[in-house]
Amino acid sequence: MLRRTLLLGLCRGPLGRGLGTHRGGSILDRDGKMSEIKKKIQSILPGGDWNPLYDTSYLPPEGSDVVIVGGGVLGLSVAYWLKKLEKPRGAIRVLVVERDHTYSRASTVLSVGGIRQQFSVPENVQLSLFSVDFLRNINEYLAVADDPPLDIQFNPSGYLLLASEKGAAIMENNVKVQRQEGAKVCLMSPEQLRNKFPWINTEGVALASYGMEHEGWFDPWCLLQGLRRKVQSMGVLFCRGEVTRFVSSSNLMKTASGEEVNLKRIHEVHVKIDQSLEYQPVECAIVVNAAGAWSGQVAELAGIGNGPPGTLQGTKLPVELRKRYVYLWHCPQGPGLETPFVIDPSGTYFRREGLGHNYLGGCSPTEEEEPDPGNLEVDHDFFQDRVWPPLAQRVPAFETLKVRSAWAGYYDYNTFDQNGVVGPHPLVINMYFATGFSGHGLQQAPAVGRAVAEMVLEGHFQTINLSSFLFSRFYSGEKVQEHNII
Amino acid sequence: MAAPKASLHLVAPVWNGGTRGIGGLSRVVAPEGNQKKGRSLLQFLADRFYDVEALRDHLLRKQVSKVHQKNRPFNHINQRYGPYVAGAYFILKQGGAVRFQGREWIRPNQRGHFSLDFLKLQAVPVEAVDASGCAINYQGLDSLLALKELQSLWLQRCPHVDDWCLSRLHPLASSLQELSLAGCPRVSERGLACLHHLWNLRRLDISDLPAVSSPGLTRILVEEMLPSCEVLGADWAQGLKLGPEEQPRDTAGPTPA
Repeated sequence: MLRRTLLLGLCRGPLGRGLGTHRGGSILDRDGKMSEIKKKIQSILPGGDWNPLYDTSYLPPEGSDVVIVGGGVLGLSVAYWLKKLEKPRGAIRVLVVERDHTYSRASTVLSVGGIRQQFSVPENVQLSLFSVDFLRNINEYLAVADDPPLDIQFNPSGYLLLASEKGAAIMENNVKVQRQEGAKVCLMSPEQLRNKFPWINTEGVALASYGMEHEGWFDPWCLLQGLRRKVQSMGVLFCRGEVTRFVSSSNLMKTASGEEVNLKRIHEVHVKIDQSLEYQPVECAIVVNAAGAWSGQVAELAGIGNGPPGTLQGTKLPVELRKRYVYLWHCPQGPGLETPFVIDPSGTYFRREGLGHNYLGGCSPTEEEEPDPGNLEVDHDFFQDRVWPPLAQRVPAFETLKVRSAWAGYYDYNTFDQNGVVGPHPLVINMYFATGFSGHGLQQAPAVGRAVAEMVLEGHFQTINLSSFLFSRFYSGEKVQEHNII
Repeated sequence: MAAPKASLHLVAPVWNGGTRGIGGLSRVVAPEGNQKKGRSLLQFLADRFYDVEALRDHLLRKQVSKVHQKNRPFNHINQRYGPYVAGAYFILKQGGAVRFQGREWIRPNQRGHFSLDFLKLQAVPVEAVDASGCAINYQGLDSLLALKELQSLWLQRCPHVDDWCLSRLHPLASSLQELSLAGCPRVSERGLACLHHLWNLRRLDISDLPAVSSPGLTRILVEEMLPSCEVLGADWAQGLKLGPEEQPRDTAGPTPA
């Protein structure tokens, strides 16, 4: 018995495996006990992960070069590009800390999944174009050997932005900027709009911009799972826990002009394990804050914003939780297969969902009507009062519709200028941000991930220059205002 | 969550050697017995040895770059002879057929050779392109989109034509009258939704598209989207289940209108 066990256990490799597991069980392994014993011996021998005292497989490693706080699409994108762009293979150990492994409140999976290039800021257009390229070649980027190819179910139907008289001049300017960056957008008059989409009521519309290519919507779950699978195959470690503390050290230094600055450096990240009081201190070199809607809280843990207001030390990260509702309704007489992602001048939007005359849509509330972000409960009166009237006015067929379901999600809302924060903090020198995208993080995630990875590895942006998205703009007051946020 | 579409039938890449079709593309083809054994040996070795893993990745990348190479643009021909000749050369090189305005079809023979007489037709627009079975992809469409007076485009059974490619066809809207996508494994109803830009289209063939989830319903929706176009597709009753009180009929379904 012992000799047989040793034979099976010690002969690891092609010969040993051939004996026991060929064609699912042989005479020696009739009740599965042999394979169990074999597994146990294999784990005890050197190279296995057996710990005689207790099981620590759920804990993160004691040290990691980069710790990414947040495992949504932005965090995984940063992890992917870090592993893709690192110079010797396997040089950097990356740990992704995500406290909710079901992603029940993550913005990524609750998102409507649209991607567009119709922004007013040129960097946003560039980010979106790069991301569309990434999505089109997703099976080249995220190919994992022996796994089936990804199908993100991209609908290339385009975005249709409508503008009233007041906004027509801004829209023309924006389209000029977009065309310069390489987006394929065309401007339409109300008459052309009526010819192309007879179900639209063009009253109050002075101009419309329609994206012909590279715009549409896709399945964010698929992108998330694809990134997760690829990133795991590249050797990134995952931990299910919450970051509760940063241990940092300060250095009082003098700038060239003689001014004294207190530079902080994070040395350890305390990761508290889910549903337990246990925590693991992880020594790290770099921390990436990709916590989405909760990035403000993570930044406060690092001491960002602890200082007299009006100074650089006192500038907080202005990213907050904002709740947004999405409604799914059915309208049998509604617009057909050609429906793009329509955005009304009032801020209401909708898109087609599937082939059964179902539509997804919503509206961003004004500052006064902001719902309480404490939970993800849906307010159906909001649909009756704020979403349905403009919808029915714009598309008369929507006067008879039936709401099938609804959900709520969070925006990582940047209260300063509704655009993302990318790059290192000027005082906490090893914390990098990849957050604050206020509703368009999913569509810019691949490009932002690459930008942050370049910043971490090279020290400057290489493919897309995002210097106007650095943290220092919150102190200097230079807003990068995006006029097309929905 | 999108499920992997294991029923796609892609053209199995031809690679001389023991293990056929290493890359991810042909993994979705239903494997036969000995192909499975060969692949699992390679998988087994690749899990244990870095060199075998690197070799397998290299072969995968070579497959992909072969398709890219086939779809490269012929800029020197474009500069010298113009866009029509460059587009025609591109199609003929891929194995398709071209018809210039007022002339006969030009096809390559079995060995892939074709006569270069068309090089003098610089000002004659190309009217019809038959790219059936060719390895044309998103990049390769650059050469096709330069043919501004193209009236008829056949992309039957092209393995790399997908929804992204269909969204690129809108520059041909003013001239394209006939489009055939029959048998393309990667085209789904999402790509068909962006065919509404082609307002001049009179004949559209969308039969036998394995990636379309409900062929009958898609055909109805496409017919509504393009009212002046004749759509050849699945029978509208395909996919409908008979109720418990209905009896099965002798014919396959109700005769189409």
